[in-house]
Parts: sequence; C-alpha cells; structure tokens
Amino acid sequence: MTTAEHSNDGFAIVSLLMTNETLFRTPLHAAHLRAGGKMVPFAGWDMPVQYAGVMDEHRAVRSAAGLFDVSHMGEVRVAGAGAEAFLQGLTPNDVAKLKPLRAHYSALLSPQGTYIDDLLIYRQGDDEFLVVVNAANVASDFDWIARHAPEDLTVENVSSSYALLALQGPAAESILQPLTKTTLEKIRYYSFRQGKVGGRPALISRTGYTGEDGFELYVAPQDADGLWEELLSAGAGHGLVPAGLGARDTLRLEAAMALYGHELDNETNPWEAGLAWTVKMDSGDFIGRAALEAAKAAGAGKKLVGFEVRGRGIAREGCEIFVADSAVGRVTSGTYSPTLERALGMAYVSPERAALDTEFEIDVRGRRLAAQVVKLPFYKRSS
Amino acid sequence: MYPETYRYSKEHEWFRVEEDGCVLGITDFAQDELGEVVFVELPEVGTSIAAGDEIGTIESVKAVSEVYTAVSGEVVEVNSALLDAPEKVNEDPHGDGWLVKVRLSTPSEIDGLMDSRQYAEFTSTG
Repeated sequence: MTTAEHSNDGFAIVSLLMTNETLFRTPLHAAHLRAGGKMVPFAGWDMPVQYAGVMDEHRAVRSAAGLFDVSHMGEVRVAGAGAEAFLQGLTPNDVAKLKPLRAHYSALLSPQGTYIDDLLIYRQGDDEFLVVVNAANVASDFDWIARHAPEDLTVENVSSSYALLALQGPAAESILQPLTKTTLEKIRYYSFRQGKVGGRPALISRTGYTGEDGFELYVAPQDADGLWEELLSAGAGHGLVPAGLGARDTLRLEAAMALYGHELDNETNPWEAGLAWTVKMDSGDFIGRAALEAAKAAGAGKKLVGFEVRGRGIAREGCEIFVADSAVGRVTSGTYSPTLERALGMAYVSPERAALDTEFEIDVRGRRLAAQVVKLPFYKRSS
Repeated sequence: MYPETYRYSKEHEWFRVEEDGCVLGITDFAQDELGEVVFVELPEVGTSIAAGDEIGTIESVKAVSEVYTAVSGEVVEVNSALLDAPEKVNEDPHGDGWLVKVRLSTPSEIDGLMDSRQYAEFTSTG
C-alpha cells in the first residue's frame, strides 16, 4: 500500500505505508509493472531487478538486445565560459581533449585521491557539459561539484529533467535505426548526437555498462513510457527483452566494469582499481593529483584482480581471501557468470598476490573455495 | 499443484515418506522465487541431521538460499545429478529436483508439517 504520492516532472515519490520507506519512482515505473518486473528498492528507488529472469535477460543482451531503465542515475549540467577549466581541475581525466559530441569516463576524487564517484562527462558544446553520476551519489556529487565551482558558472542538478533508457546488445543498432533519422553507424563508441527517436528529442549516445554495443537514450520524462513501448515493439522481432538490475550487474561484472561501492569507494584510488588510464597527470592540477603522485611513488596497498572459482561454489561480495592462513584480500563483486558458465568475480588483494595465475582460497560461509587470478575482462565482445 | 502425498514446511521444503526413508526438496514456490538455480550444496551421505538444521544451500545468480530440514535422522542419499544439472530444481522441483533422502529417527516429526491444501493456502497469503 502506498500513500502520499507526489509527481515531479514524471518522477514520483511514494511513501510505502507498511514499511514507512520512501522510494522514488522513475517515469517508467508503470512500464515495469506492465512488463512483469519484480520491483526492489535500490539506492532509494523502486526498480526492477528482473522480469523473465536474470540469466535469460543476461543471455538476451549478449545474443540480441536488452532494454534497461536507468533513469535513477543523476545528471548535472555545468555550463559557462569557465566550464572546461573548472572540470579540468575537478576531475582526473583530460577535459581539454574532450571534443564536443564526445563523452569520457572519469571520476570525482577526494584530495586524498580516492573515489567520491565514477562518472561520465558529455561535452555538448565548448562551454556546455553534462556530468552523469551514480544514483546513490546524486545529491552528494551535485553538492561537491557546486561547492567547488566558481561563482559565475552554471551548475544545475538536472536529474529530474531526464529519463534514461539503455538499449544494449548486438541487435541494438538494427532495432534503433528505423526509429531515428540520425545515422547510427556514424556514431562511434563514446560519441553522441542530439536527435530524435520516434519523434521525441533525445541525446543518443553510444555508451553502456554491459560490454556489448548499444545506446543510452536521454529523453524528457514525459516521453519515456512511449519510447519504452516503441522500442520493445521495434525490437520484438530481434529478440529484445526488458532487462533489470540483476542482469545489469552480471553483465558489467563479466565485462570487468567497476561499480561504485564495490570496486570503487572512498578508500580506493585509481591505481589500485586498475583505472590509471582515466588519470591524465599532464592535464594540469586536479583535486587529488598530489596524493596520487605520492601514492604512485609509495606503491599500491592493494590491487584489483579478476578471479575464477576452481572449486565448487560461488564467491560473493565481502568474502575474505586467504593464502594458507594469511588473509590477503576480499571479494568486491562475485557471481555465477551466465556467459562463461562458472563462478567468478573481482577482488582486492595484496599486490604480491595479484599476479596472473596466482592461486588462493576464498572463504564462503566457512568453507574454503579454490580460486585463481585470471586476466580481465572475463568477457570481451567479438566485434 | 502441490502433491497430496507430500508434507510441507514453512521454509518451503517438501517431504515425501517412503519405505526406506524420507525424501525432501524445495517447493515450486521456492524455486520460482529463487530464479534459475546455478549451484546446489548438499550434505554428505552419513551426516546426522536434526529438525531445524541448515543442511545445504541452493544458489541462483543473485541469491543464496538455505535449505532447512524439518525432520531428524541420517542422510542416506543425496541427488548428485544436481551437481552437473542444478536446473533440475527449477524444472521438476517436486520430482527430479529432489535434494536429500533421510532415514528418520523421529517419524512423528512429519505429523507437525502442513498438508498440500494448507501449504497452498500458506503460499497464497504468505
């Protein structure tokens, strides 16, 4: 039972009577229920964890396509003459090299060089940027960005102005092209266009969190439901299915993509997380740069590795890792991989235990499971 | 839907008394909640178990579910086919997806369990 529904540009806030929880709803909430979504709370949002089943949805994305609602993510607009310089000093990647209609993967780092959040920066113009952040951190990220911004810069939390649909899988382009005049094959990975899908204005970006080809579509909240239905219709003959957060997690883990709160947190720096490629030390000073320099000189305290389970069982987040009686690390994310048909995961271990083929044991509910360090990513698409 | 000759626990396990022991598994309700089963952990043959004990786990991609026994005795057989084909738990939860066979030490424990009609009601309201 629910009470006190407030509608704000298509994003509703619902208080659940029995649990006294307050959950946000995306503009696609009704669509999820129509599609048979199993709804669970996630970062304060009522989200579909699955529809037909996590494994089915996962396999569909790898072989055909899946449609995800990720409208719970946040968007911050940064605009004005000093926008590039500001973002250059705020984030570790090189904003000066980011051309209009391109996006790049970056982060907000603390002065200690550790993660406040990971994010994408879209450059819409010389002085116009859209920063896309994780749902769990929207308010704190916006606060961080706004606090550090010069007076005359525009910094706006525009999260409630966007619904976000992710169409992911090898069939994504074939499904989407008939619905838009934008020539999709001209949009390369991490590029975007402002266009229309089914007549609805959309930022069409060739990005995603699954390791497959695909598009993320930023649309107005009132256009989300119609777009969702139109995509499902268009994709019906291609094997498109709605996909939930459960499959989103197994897909990104196979592709070895980091998840904030697991591989990334405020005690972890980019060197440890294997994200040195997002840090451009010669892009001028940025928050955390000095700490990262010192950390590089000092050597890493831990290293992120991928592992496959060799014994029988599934290692999950939080499981401790041992070599003989020494505790050498902890699992950050673990699951059964539908594509590789084995249990695998990522973990932080002492640097001397991080070499490929290293064998260790994972404590799973009191039982030791044999595992081995493998190369990341676990899965890479063929095209 | 729920075989009439079986008995059922609140933890969604079923129990079928045979000549030489009691077979148990998880119900259709439970397998549906879990999703596609990818791993099953079963006790060793010969293990002594008591009513209320956790005797194994059934895992889907995103969840680990404990299996509890409502009966006491000795494990005399386990369904080792599930090691390579855990999906049997989804496909035939009341038959080929059985988990464990127990030689009962206290047969009267079965009487305290729900029958198929009570269990059907339990799952529609619970």
